[in-house]
Amino acid sequence: MTYKGYEMVIGLETHVELKTDTKIFCSCPTTFGAEPNTHVCPVCMGYPGTLPVLNGKVVEYAVKAGMATNCTIARYSKEDRKNYFYPDLPKAYQISQYDLPLCEHGWLDIESETGSKRIGITRIHIEEDAGKLIHDDEHGTLIDCNRCGVPLIEIVSEPDMRSAEEAVAYLRKLRAIILYTGVSDCKMQEGSLRCDVNLSVRKVGETQFGTRTEMKNLNSFQFIAKAIEYEFKRQVDAVEKGETIVQETRRFDSVTGRTSAMRSKEDANDYRYFPDPDLPPIIMSEEELERLRGQIPALPDQRKEEYVQKYGLSSYNGEMLTGQVEIADYFEAGAKLTKHPKVLGNLIISEIFRLLPQDSVDIPISAENMAKIADMCGDGLINSGTAKKLVSRLWEEDADPAEIVEREGLGQINDRESLASIVAEVIAKNPKSIDDFRKGKLQAVKALMGQAMGRTAGRGNPNLIQEILDAELEKLK
Amino acid sequence: MTDITTMTVGELSRAMESGELTSQEVTRSYLASIDANDEKVNGYITVTADAALDAARAADDARRQGAKAPLLGVPAAIKDNICTKGLKTTCASKMLENFVPPYNATVMEKLNTQGVPVLGKVNMDEFAMGSSTENSAFKITHNPRSADRVPGGSSGGSAAVVAANEAPFALGSDTGGSIRQPAAFCGVVGMKPTYGRVSRYGLVAFASSLDQIGPLTKTVEDNALVLGAIAGYDPHDATSVNNEYPDFASGIGQGVKGLKIALLKESFGQGLSGEVKSAVLNAAKVFEKLGAEIVELSMPSLDKALPAYYVISSAEASSNLARFDGVRYGYRSEKYDDITELYQNSRSEGFGPEVKRRIMLGTFALSSGYYDAYYKKALQMRTIIMKEYERCFQRCDLILSPVAPTVAYKIGEKSHNPLEMYLGDIYTVPVNIGGIPSLSMPCGSDSEGLPIGMQLMGRHFDEVTLYRAGAAYEAERGAWHLERGAF
Repeated sequence: MTYKGYEMVIGLETHVELKTDTKIFCSCPTTFGAEPNTHVCPVCMGYPGTLPVLNGKVVEYAVKAGMATNCTIARYSKEDRKNYFYPDLPKAYQISQYDLPLCEHGWLDIESETGSKRIGITRIHIEEDAGKLIHDDEHGTLIDCNRCGVPLIEIVSEPDMRSAEEAVAYLRKLRAIILYTGVSDCKMQEGSLRCDVNLSVRKVGETQFGTRTEMKNLNSFQFIAKAIEYEFKRQVDAVEKGETIVQETRRFDSVTGRTSAMRSKEDANDYRYFPDPDLPPIIMSEEELERLRGQIPALPDQRKEEYVQKYGLSSYNGEMLTGQVEIADYFEAGAKLTKHPKVLGNLIISEIFRLLPQDSVDIPISAENMAKIADMCGDGLINSGTAKKLVSRLWEEDADPAEIVEREGLGQINDRESLASIVAEVIAKNPKSIDDFRKGKLQAVKALMGQAMGRTAGRGNPNLIQEILDAELEKLK
Repeated sequence: MTDITTMTVGELSRAMESGELTSQEVTRSYLASIDANDEKVNGYITVTADAALDAARAADDARRQGAKAPLLGVPAAIKDNICTKGLKTTCASKMLENFVPPYNATVMEKLNTQGVPVLGKVNMDEFAMGSSTENSAFKITHNPRSADRVPGGSSGGSAAVVAANEAPFALGSDTGGSIRQPAAFCGVVGMKPTYGRVSRYGLVAFASSLDQIGPLTKTVEDNALVLGAIAGYDPHDATSVNNEYPDFASGIGQGVKGLKIALLKESFGQGLSGEVKSAVLNAAKVFEKLGAEIVELSMPSLDKALPAYYVISSAEASSNLARFDGVRYGYRSEKYDDITELYQNSRSEGFGPEVKRRIMLGTFALSSGYYDAYYKKALQMRTIIMKEYERCFQRCDLILSPVAPTVAYKIGEKSHNPLEMYLGDIYTVPVNIGGIPSLSMPCGSDSEGLPIGMQLMGRHFDEVTLYRAGAAYEAERGAWHLERGAF
């Protein structure tokens, strides 16, 4: 995407909460949504004298995420302290990784409607989450330490993305891969997947990067896309006006759709990183790495490739269906039962995705019933409008879709003669549309088509009607 | 019968085992000694008489039911930077004046399991930063050997109460000499164990890569007994070492025949008092007489240990002490309008000058642009010093050196000259930098009768040989404290 001859350069920093049972440095549970300060102990509260002990599962999970994104896994890495004062950070330092992260030099491929692209992953490191501040009119600011010490991985991408669409595609793909490996549930609403966007602009063809701004904690794909589009234009307009872009952190307001400055780099902290003396280095043996490699399941790209080859799906639709392992499993279960897996894929993407709430993968319709709808649709027994209605109905109540079609007479009308008489009737009753058509208004055709479909109560074979209509109109030219 | 408070840990343990004494009698005697003497010594910050007597009663009951443990019923004093559940742990700082930990340090769990009554918490330099215990926010502890002198530090309270017979043993912590130097100043025995030997969980951190908890006792044998009770791997401390540990007293009585003991030529140069020097060299002669071979070795980088130590320890401290921000526990200023003021005023008012000095030093050393010149260089020095120790220990079993350049100095004498105070740590800090164990014990007195300390340093995890040699010396020359008594 370009604007006034500029392009945007986007790099993403994604924080993913790992779904280990216990926290990264103590044995408190990580469960979301508990009463404030009930999942805490002296260690995660940073009490004097306490010491962190690394949860081995965190390393395993991070390594799996690294392997699934084609990273090189460090045989030797270490943990460092990032020092800064903030009330949600009990020790006044966050244990993170500075110069020797666990995973480096990875990549993943994204698929957009314009084609595929490889996005580099600079590094993945492990770190602890901070607590949560709750601002309350009555009590002032309260601190909930339940989240303190919940394990995170931070995944830093290369500045390889050039549009909001690519950024979202990258995030969807990253989420899919992580969901497949099972190391996180990636729920944006619960904050287990959070994203910071680094964005700069430059003239198309320019190779140097411009000064970037950072937008923090965007918690839905939609906001990320909006924030990117706003920020891109803001920066281009500013540069065009001769202003300089300041390296700063910006906040995205989801109500106004605008970004505004939070703090500039000048008053940013010097984090005084240094190796945490409480924690020995992390050493990975070849055997351990092999063991973990063996636990990486078939990843989205592998399954996508299979859908393309075996079922003739488009790459893009394959990418959509493999975004979540549960959806892919669902599709595969249905695909085995239908003669028309491609139709099934389209129905899932267009109808099921529309009905699913954000972050949910609970589909109330059985794969068998979806396969039946796909069969009827693919065989021409019902049209796509009816298929759509059936999905919506089954979403609400369980029933046999073939019976509904039978009982309510929803079968597609494929009889050429009756459809021809309906078309003739519509043409006769809409002289205005015919007039418009003669003037070259293509809109008129759509209106006539709609009329005809309406007269079949939505059951007419749309392709057939279109064909008859086109032929009749040709005669009227 | 002898005064209970003059008895050693070993003697008390045996007397209780044979039924001659009960823990309640022992504990009561020590509480009486605290009552009688602590006004002069000022060693205790908190005395826990009732809890100690309850624990003593429980220990006696347990013994009647057949329980056995080397320290069962033997009471102890605990440095006030070791967390004690439900009992104030102040670090001798206004910052933690009313802080009551919700958990026990691992060493406290171990002492509890053994059935050790805790007499109370003892004074120290604030957050263990200092060498004279004058940096305590609460009180000045006096050296029982000479009331106008410092007991050393930072575990000055621990050393003083053992020397004053106000506790049969005490736990201290040693980051750069904080157990060994006060032991030397007060004429008692102190051990800085190998880094990783004793769990640091529950020790309020000063410098995490250097801190170790260790015992202060009247004799070498006692020291080995107490270390045996507190040592061992702890799953709560990732830096504690997961290896089997021996009976630390197992070498006691074997003599020093066949041991090679080294004198480092760098340890007897400028700045060392003549009396200390000759006392330590005399000790070398004693070892030689007992059958050890004395060799002279060199550690060319030894003088770099002190600057490396002050950079590393201050850097770690600046981060470790950042949590004291007035938000969740500890001192909070009353003067603040926003969070930044709350931080600034709480820390400005809650910390004393030495702690602030180290925090500033450490913050500077870690700052971007200075990290390479200070912190990184100090880490490089640390590696070099560790290698030099390794090389030495290929050619000797033990290294013998002074603990401090002088005997205990006068209260107030150095407290306004931090640099001079830091120079007093010159013989002790290399040990922490190297992570090796070191035993500090008396090796004579100066002309005024003040104790002089020597330290024996050994290979990683070879405390057994340190105790073996220390006990041989003690058997030959007598235990300084037992001969002089308190005061």
